[in-house]
Order: sequence, then structure tokens, then C-alpha cells
Amino acid sequence: MARRVSNQRKFVVTLVAWAIGLTIFFPILWTVLTSFKTEAEAIASPPSFLLFDWTLENYTEVNERSDYFLHFMNSVIISLGSTLLGLAIAIPAAWSMAFVPGKRTKDVLMWMLSTKMLPPVGVLIPIYLLFRDFGLLDTRLGLVIVLTLINLPIIVWMLFTYFKEIPGEILEAARMDGATLWNEVVHVLTPMAVPGIASTLLLNVILAWNEAFWTLNLTAAKAAPLTAFIASYSSPEGLFYAKLSAASTLAIAPILILGWFSQKQLVRGLTFGAVK
Amino acid sequence: MTLFSRALLGATALTLVASPVLAEKLTIATVNNGDMIRMQKLADDFTAQNPDIELEWLTMEENVLRQRVTTDIATKGGQFDVMTIGTYEVPIWGKQGWLVSLNDLPAEYDVDDILPAIRGGLTIDGELYAAPFYGESSMVMYRKDLMEKAGLEMPDAPTWEFIGKAARAMTDKDNEVYGICLRGKAGWGENMAFLTATANSFGARWFDENWTPQFDGEAWKSTLNFYLDLMEDAGPPGASSNGFNENLSLFQTGKCGMWIDATVAASFVTNPADSTVADQVGFALAPDNGLGKRGNWLWAWSLAIPAGTQKEEAAKKFIDWATSKEYLELVAEKEGWANVPPGTRTSLYENPEYQKVPFAKMTLDSINSADPTNPTVDPVPYVGVQFVAIPEFQGIATAVGQAFAAALAGNVTADEALANAQAITERTMKKSGYIK
Amino acid sequence: MTDRSRLFRTELAGPMATAHSRAAARFMISPAVLLLLGWMIVPLSMTVYFSFLSYNLLMPGMEEFIGFTNYEFFLTDPAFFEALTNTILLVVGVLFITIVGGTALALLLDQPFWGQGIVRILVIAPFFVMPTVSALVWKNMFMNPVNGLFAHMAKGVGLEPFDFLAHAPLFSIILIVAWQWLPFATLILLTALQSLDQEQLEASKMDGANFGSRFIYIVLPHMSRAITVVVLIQTIFLLSVFAEILVTTNGGPGYASTNITYLVYAQSLLQFDVGGGSAGGIIAVILANIVAIFLMRMIGKNLEA
Repeated sequence: MARRVSNQRKFVVTLVAWAIGLTIFFPILWTVLTSFKTEAEAIASPPSFLLFDWTLENYTEVNERSDYFLHFMNSVIISLGSTLLGLAIAIPAAWSMAFVPGKRTKDVLMWMLSTKMLPPVGVLIPIYLLFRDFGLLDTRLGLVIVLTLINLPIIVWMLFTYFKEIPGEILEAARMDGATLWNEVVHVLTPMAVPGIASTLLLNVILAWNEAFWTLNLTAAKAAPLTAFIASYSSPEGLFYAKLSAASTLAIAPILILGWFSQKQLVRGLTFGAVK
Repeated sequence: MTLFSRALLGATALTLVASPVLAEKLTIATVNNGDMIRMQKLADDFTAQNPDIELEWLTMEENVLRQRVTTDIATKGGQFDVMTIGTYEVPIWGKQGWLVSLNDLPAEYDVDDILPAIRGGLTIDGELYAAPFYGESSMVMYRKDLMEKAGLEMPDAPTWEFIGKAARAMTDKDNEVYGICLRGKAGWGENMAFLTATANSFGARWFDENWTPQFDGEAWKSTLNFYLDLMEDAGPPGASSNGFNENLSLFQTGKCGMWIDATVAASFVTNPADSTVADQVGFALAPDNGLGKRGNWLWAWSLAIPAGTQKEEAAKKFIDWATSKEYLELVAEKEGWANVPPGTRTSLYENPEYQKVPFAKMTLDSINSADPTNPTVDPVPYVGVQFVAIPEFQGIATAVGQAFAAALAGNVTADEALANAQAITERTMKKSGYIK
Repeated sequence: MTDRSRLFRTELAGPMATAHSRAAARFMISPAVLLLLGWMIVPLSMTVYFSFLSYNLLMPGMEEFIGFTNYEFFLTDPAFFEALTNTILLVVGVLFITIVGGTALALLLDQPFWGQGIVRILVIAPFFVMPTVSALVWKNMFMNPVNGLFAHMAKGVGLEPFDFLAHAPLFSIILIVAWQWLPFATLILLTALQSLDQEQLEASKMDGANFGSRFIYIVLPHMSRAITVVVLIQTIFLLSVFAEILVTTNGGPGYASTNITYLVYAQSLLQFDVGGGSAGGIIAVILANIVAIFLMRMIGKNLEA
């Protein structure tokens, strides 16, 4: 989407954008910097920004104390698993709601969203009992199931929104060319919806990655993801700010990297020009 | 399937079947405080002595842990073999029969060595249901240099009046020195732990023998007013969101003249690696008003076994190891006497090496002067010094804590806060059937 | 356009779809519907069942049917109305900040400038951080009136530091939560913005429309569906904000930062009162549904093509 703008304007925009970006990012930057301080430095007042004794002791301690790799793998499996499963169920559903809407489509959509309205704190015991009876406590499968179900409405909604942006004429043109339903969905729709699907995937992975209620309450030692890893460093009786920062940095880093690489997908616009 | 893959499958199956089930796995739920983390690190000593037992850990902060293990034990989820619980849970769970009795631990364990106050808090009907890992009380930690500057000397057993005087004398708000830092953050284990224990020394109690809440009495009124006035004159700003951590941070950066809180804080504030005032700290017993009870509390993190676990034997072996005299010596050898988990055994305090630790004696005296079975001046129908060992307490005390925090923040008056506390408590007690 | 294509077009859009495609559509939608139905019905019915019992986890075997007592108790809690108000304020406050801020950021990030990729990640990053951790960072590093950054900045210009969490607790929480959700709104709005047809914009520019009218008459309507989705999804999440409150103020001082979810927790789960917690949960669902119906009526039409 190349637009010709003056270099001067580009410069001003760059300045403003960077200033805002850095301000928003600042708390995270602070967390990362704190992870390299000693605990005493972390609470020092006035706080030092860059001029302190940089140390790696927090990272070594964190790695010694808890098994980062195990938690990391659990997080990856749970987030990706629930997102992919959710997408597999939601893409057909969103397609049908976007392109073959019925009278009740809006009601169905609202109802799906309403399944998220029960506060987890209120439904903890029933779910715990169910999981206990099915042997799903402290299993990755159990968490994948829960996370898929709680995020399914969101995935459906977001995909529905993006699919609505795609003009029906393109699909109709494909159909006129003799494409079957399967072909239509896979070979025509999906490539056009890639930015939408990509951002849905990214956002959902993040939601699952940071979900800190079910992941803490339904796991013990085997299936605990990074949220449990971080939670073990936050304490009401003992200052662990530097270590907590180190644990958090280790937990955010994979996501930041994922976000960086999926950028291109998020940027590609839809090819409206082709239809007109 | 090709021959090759069939062969591979067969070989894998054979190895799975052939490898004997050697290790028994114990899942242990612990709190993430310094002493328990140290125990995890030293657990190699246990697995060396018991090669057929494998340990798996779940480490959580105490509120999440409490919710997690309570949910599990009440629904018989069977997720844990050893749980870390406190003197609050043991009376409630022991009565339900949810815990395995530890009365049959071997003689070398020397259960009589456990400090009587702590042992009393963990024994129901003669059965010991949890083994104490570490015990704590509360005491006064103060800055010797600031006291000197104010021209005062801290007695070993101060009164609240003296504390009030000293705090105001040490305060220098322009230089960010606050005479006293106390908990203010709303929570049953945050500000209410402190205020309940303090109230005991003012002659107040949560409930009378008929379970009627007592917030409308004179004793609670004096307690709350004393606290609010003191914090107004000599406390740091933002106190209503300060819990243990925030006060620890303030004390370590030199901003507090005194701090009354858990005895375990002593090892933090005297550690030169973390604290800028490490060499200036003195200790005194929690204050009183001459009514017979001091303002200190009692708590012990203990290890317990849920009833119905398949691995009772292994769990008992682990608990034996973690709370034994040998474990204390192990920590002393590896990390120094100052880092030994305090407050559980008399023999520790009779050890001349441990007596050299500056806060050892004060900790012991504080623990010994707290009696959970008789916490208050007037008789009460409950056990617990800084809590009431009934299931409803957490919720009630958090709401009351919120009311008191509002008074501290200046949003309501003390009288309004007390009236709210009374109303809240009455309401819940009525619903639960304690009072009509 | 041939007659045939006009025929197809009307057939596909709306209730005139062929039986074939409608049957296919129902088939494709059924897994999602069935799963969510199961997910909703089983825990929900258990919750409704528990809400009529006096079931305390720590005193099992003493459950008895007590009808609507749990509901009565929850609704007559002196904190109930304040919690309700706080919940609404929290949702509206965060929505306002994130939608206005998100739109502005989306417009900004849509412009060409150097280092777009990096700035985009910077802006999205807050969403990656676990809510408990962000709340802790904000509380201790920034808002603490003695050691926090804001306090230092205030002292630097000679002002008294402001005690955020004691004197403006709900506002502080709104700030923290808005910071966490701004990236979400920005991302969705940006993706929607990038599907805007540039030719239409250029044409209007050549017709002499200034930025303001271009924005109101072209950009905003195009983004209306995305904004609606952001509002709906965020509302659902914001109604059950919990971790941030737990970590910063514990609902206090008083009930100033207690919302319905926190009230359910403090009143019920904290004392393991499953009956009370279930009743509170059901009430929260009913309230959330009311809010959702209200919202749908206001902006639901934006969802149609």
C-alpha cells in the first residue's frame, strides 16, 4: 500500500510514533531492566535506569529453581493446541455465519459470547469435580480442552468479522467456475483471509499463554505452564521483584519473537482491487 | 506397516514393559518463601537417602496455594501427597478427618522437641496432624541509630504507649523518614493479621462466647483509633496498600524507624546484600498494654499428608526428613545458622551456635508468649491468635480489612469503619448459623 | 453482468441461499455449537444446582437445600450496588480509552514511517504480559507514593506525590487494564483499517474533503464493524477483571475497587462457600447478559454487511 508522502511528513510521523510506542512499552522495558538488577537495586529509591551493576544472577537462580523448559513446552503445547483446535472448529462455523447467514445467526453469535459470561471463580468447583472424575486433572489434554472451549467464542467472532470483509462476489465467481465447497473454502477463502486468521491466531495464542486462572487451578507439577512458573515468583511475603522480572522476561520473550515473525501476515491487506 | 516400523514398534513396547517401575513419585505443594525454596534445593540429600522416591514440586504463593490445596483436599482430587498448610487449616481440616495422623513418626524424630505453642496449634484431640517446618511470631524491628538520635532507648518488652512516643519522635517526613511502618493493605492475612493480634493486647476479641461480634465494644474502638492516629502522625503515605512486601522494601531502604511484623523479616532486614540498614537493626517483643496479652501472633507452615493418599509411607519419610533435627543441621552447614528455618524445635534454641544469631532469642520469646488456644484476655470460643479458625473467617476478615483500610485511607471515620465491620461480621455469622 | 451472475448473487446472500449451501452451513457450524452447548450446559447446570444448596467445601456432607437464600444473601450485601457501579465504570472507562486510543494508534501506525515493524511490536507488547505481573509492576514501580516512578517525577517538579491506590483506586485499575487492552483494540482496528479502499480516499481528497470529514464519513463507517467486535469482546473480558484487583488493592479501600467478580470471590470462594459462589456466578451471568443485550441493541446493526 505504497503512498507517496513527503519525507518531512514521514519524519514527523516517525518521531510521534516512536515516542508513543516507547511510552507504551516502557513498563515492559522496566521489567526487563529490573531482571538484570540485584534484589536490593530493584527496590532502591530513587530507581536507577541504566547505570547499575548488571547481573545475571536472577536468570541462573530462576533456571536452577524451576524447570523453565518443562513449563515452556507445556505453554507451547497448550496455547498452540487449543488455538489450532479452536481454529479448526471455528473456521467452518464462521464461514457459514458470514456467507450463509440465517435468521438466527446474530442470536447464535450472541449466545456463543454469552458462554463466556460465567465468571471462572463461580464455576471452579463444578469444573474441578468434572476433571477429577474424568482423570483430566494435571494433564495437558485437560487444559487444551478448557482453553479451546473458553476461547472458541472469541475465535469465531474474530473470524466472522474478517470473513465479512471479504466480498461475496469472489466466492461466487469461484463457484461459477465450478469449484466445490471444499475447494471454495480452502483455495479461495483461506488465502484471502490469511491476515485475519493470522491475527486471530496470534491473539488467541496470547490469550491462552497468559490465562492464569484455569492453568493454575487445574494443574499440579506435570502440566503446569509458564503462568504457574511466574506465579511461583510472586509472593506476599518476600521481595522477589528482580527474579519475578527475570521469570516474566523469560515468559514474554517467546511471544514477542512470535509476534515479530508474524508481522508480515498482519500487514497484508485484502486484495480488493482484484474484484473491481 | 513396513517390517521396519513393526519391528520398531515391538522394540519400543518391549522396553516400556521391561523397565521396572522403580521410583515412587511424591507430589509436594509448597509455599514460595525462602525457607521452603531452600528445602527444595537441599532435597538431593533426601533422594540420596531414599533412592526409590522421586519428588515433584508445585511452588505457589500462599494465597493461591491455599486455594489450590483446599480445593483439592475437599474434593478428594488426589493431586498432592504432601501439602504445606498453616496453623489456620490444621484445626479445620483435622476435625474433618482429612489429614493423616503423624503420631507414629519414629522416636528419633523427637516430637517432644517441638515448641509447645506450635505443637498445640497442630494437634487436635491428641493427634498431631502436621509437622511444623518453620514457625514465626511477630516482633518489633527498629533502627538503633534513629532511636539514639531521638534520645530514646527501646526496652525489651515495650508498651504501646512507648511505641507511640518513639514513633512520633523518630518521624521526619521532610526527609522521608517515617517513625513506624505497619501493614495497611486489606486482607485477612495482611492488615487483619496485624490488627487482630494488636487488638488482643488491647483486650479486644473477635467474638464473645456466644459468637457475637465485638466490634461495637470499647476495646476495638481503642485499638482502631490508636492505629489510625499512629499511622497519621508517624506512618508512610500510601499505607493502605502496604502489605509485608511494601513495608519490607521501605525498611530496607531506610525509610522506617520501626516495623512490627513477622519474625522471619528479621533475616531479610539484617542481610547486608538486600538491606541498606542491615547493621542498625534492633529487636524487641511486640508491645502490650499491661493487660496480659502481647500484640504478637503465631504461625507455622507445616507439612501434612491428605488422607486417602496411596503414598503414605513415602510421604511420612519425606516429612520426617524435612522437619528433623538433622535437616536443621544440614541447612546450617550449607547456608549458615542465620538461614535455618526458625521457630520449631527447642533444641535449636539451646544450641550455642544458633544463639549467636541476633534475632534468635527474641523470636523464641515471641513464639513462646503466644498461645493459640487462649489468645485473648477474655475467653473466646475459637482458637487462633491472629485469625479465628473457622471456615468463614477468610471472607469476613477480608471484608473487615477493607473497611479498616478505608479508614486508614481517610475515606471513612473510625466509627463508621467499626460499624461496617460489625454489620459485615454479623451478617455472615447469621447466614452460617453461628448466631440467630 | 450476465443474468446468471445476478441470479447467483441474490441466491448466496441471505435467506435465499440454496438448500445445498444452507445444509452445508448447518453442518459446518454444528461442531462449534455442540461443543459450546455442552460446555455451557454441564458446568452451568451444576452451578445452578449448587447455588440452591448451603454447600461449604470445608464442611462437606452438611449440604441442604435452602432455596434462594444464597441469592438473597448476595443481593443484599451492602457492597452489591457499589460493586455493580464499579463494574460498569470499569468497563466503560477501559472501553473509552482503548477505542479512542486504539483508533488513534491505528491511524498513526497505518501511515508510512521508518521502523514500522518495531513500533508495532512495541505497541502490541503490553498484551503479552501476564496480568498479574503488569499489575505488580504498575503498583510498585510506578504508583507507589514513596518509591514509585510517578512519585519521583512529582517530587522532581516540587509536587506532593499522589497516592494512586488509596485515593483513586478504581481509576488506577482502569489505567492498568486499559494499558493491557490497548494493543488488542489497536491490532483489530489496524487490520480493519488496512482493508480500507485507498482509491475512495484519494477520490474524496481530490474532491476537496479535509481530514476530519474523510475520517467521519469514510474511515469510521468502514471500521464500524471492527469497533463493534472490539467493544463486544472487550466487554466480556472486562466484566470479569479479577487478577489486577487482587494484586493491587484487594478490592479496597472499602469497596472502592470491588467489582462483581471480586465480590463473588471475596464473599464466597475465599471462604469456600460453593453455594454462595455459585449464586454469585449466576447473578453475574444474568447481569452480563443484560449488558450484552443492551449493547447489541445499540451497535448490533454494525455487524451486518
